[in-house]
Amino acid sequence: MSTAIDITDLHVTIGGSHILQGVSLQVASGEVVALLGRNGVGKTTTLRALMGLVPRSGAVRVGDQDVTRWPPHRIARLGVAYVPEDRDVFSALTVGENLRLAEQVAAPNYDGVYELFPELRQRTRQRAGTLSGGQQQMVAVARALLNEWPVLVVDEPSKGLAPRLVSELTDVLARVSATTTMLVVEQNLAVVRRLAQRVVVLDHGVVVHLGPVADLEDAGLMRQLLGVSA
Amino acid sequence: MTVLADLTFSAVALSAVYFLAASGLSLIYGLMDVLNFAHGLFMTLGAYAAWDLTTHLTSTLSAPLNFAVGVVAAILAGAVVAGLTELWLIRPLYGRPISQILVTIGLDLAAVGLLLGGFGSNSLSMPVPLWLFEATHWGSLNLPNADFVALIAGVVVLVGLEWFLRRTRYGIIIRAGVENRDMVRALGVDVGRAFTLVFVLGGAMAGLAGLLNSVVFSGDLVSPLQGDGLLIFAFIVVVIGGLGSIRGSAVAALLVGVVQDFSNYYLGTHPGMAEIGNLSVVLLLAVVLEWRPRGLFGGTL
Repeated sequence: MSTAIDITDLHVTIGGSHILQGVSLQVASGEVVALLGRNGVGKTTTLRALMGLVPRSGAVRVGDQDVTRWPPHRIARLGVAYVPEDRDVFSALTVGENLRLAEQVAAPNYDGVYELFPELRQRTRQRAGTLSGGQQQMVAVARALLNEWPVLVVDEPSKGLAPRLVSELTDVLARVSATTTMLVVEQNLAVVRRLAQRVVVLDHGVVVHLGPVADLEDAGLMRQLLGVSA
Repeated sequence: MTVLADLTFSAVALSAVYFLAASGLSLIYGLMDVLNFAHGLFMTLGAYAAWDLTTHLTSTLSAPLNFAVGVVAAILAGAVVAGLTELWLIRPLYGRPISQILVTIGLDLAAVGLLLGGFGSNSLSMPVPLWLFEATHWGSLNLPNADFVALIAGVVVLVGLEWFLRRTRYGIIIRAGVENRDMVRALGVDVGRAFTLVFVLGGAMAGLAGLLNSVVFSGDLVSPLQGDGLLIFAFIVVVIGGLGSIRGSAVAALLVGVVQDFSNYYLGTHPGMAEIGNLSVVLLLAVVLEWRPRGLFGGTL
């Protein structure tokens, strides 16, 4: 199986803090990998570095391309869709404008997006800033799915959502994962179990564990790595 | 009542020029975080381009046509110089705001120095249709035609900008970029093109503002320092309206124009009060910032 994402010895320093201290991980094509770890260990920074949103050193490859020095828009156009932490929808723009902004292919898949999130079809003229947290997450995910890109990078999709919405969103991501390579940061281990085949655990800016998702069932290991009972 | 109406009309025309000068400045800062101190230069060069062309190349045309050529020349000169400034000077300095400020101040000083060396410090007279210096009589009102031109230009640009920002893809990119530039890039959008476009648009409006400032408020005179004088008020308008807000700039320009004109008319004739209009504008700025530190419409386009 070919490698979709290949991160080698990734370092990120922001404001004097050495946040990532040599992260290496691979995601195979078609695979879903969950990036886990306590708060502040560098999970979001890893995704932002992958997208080119923070200065970084090391090597980042997407498919057969070395994108380490590429700007974010080129990395995205290579086929990497990104759902950031806290959604980052454009609050002053309407739902329709948020989606239109994400269009990068000749025939964006609006039908598919509206099939996954029927509610958005009725809200295209509504300002995104007036949506609930769950609806904003729908917009953020819909933006990422519009171009049917082969790689999806998702940061904490369930964060701050009600349990019912978490379940619905997980259903959507599970459907998408059938055709998409995914690297997902997620604290909700039930969501991780549902989506991922492998887990990567970070601590203090380095990878401290790589393994199959079944490792989540090892309560002692999870307590040691994440400080939680799985 | 007639005086009040005449005064209001004149203040609104002044506001239109302030809006033209400020809107580009506001867009550039809102999207790119660039405090562009060369914006005054774009205004000056717009006026000089119009003067040069209408005086030397197209002076044989009919007066209205010659003036129209001047308007196009001012817009193009502002747009081209602004675009080149972004590509050559600003682009290598993104993320370095102090360097950007210094390079735009340096560009302005150097270019104004060249203008002074090339054209002298005396103001130059631009050929404009006599109609511009006449007034339209409407009942008991005397409305200067030049004010009409400024007002129409301001309204056309405001409506055009609103249309552009709301209806076009680049407009959406700019509005989104003002809110969260990184996320726009992460969606696959080359924000660099939008940056250049915003500079070009801002420069075009500045060039037009420079020409209209000469025609409407300086008795058809063009001078090397005129843009820098107008830039101060443009910055005040941008800060009052809220950095990055076009609607804010429109409302703030109206406020500044009205306050300045009314203060000058009613108080400026008293001994020692010649600068009361400018002082009133600064007081207005202080009051607005005390009330709303981010300006009237800060954070929204």
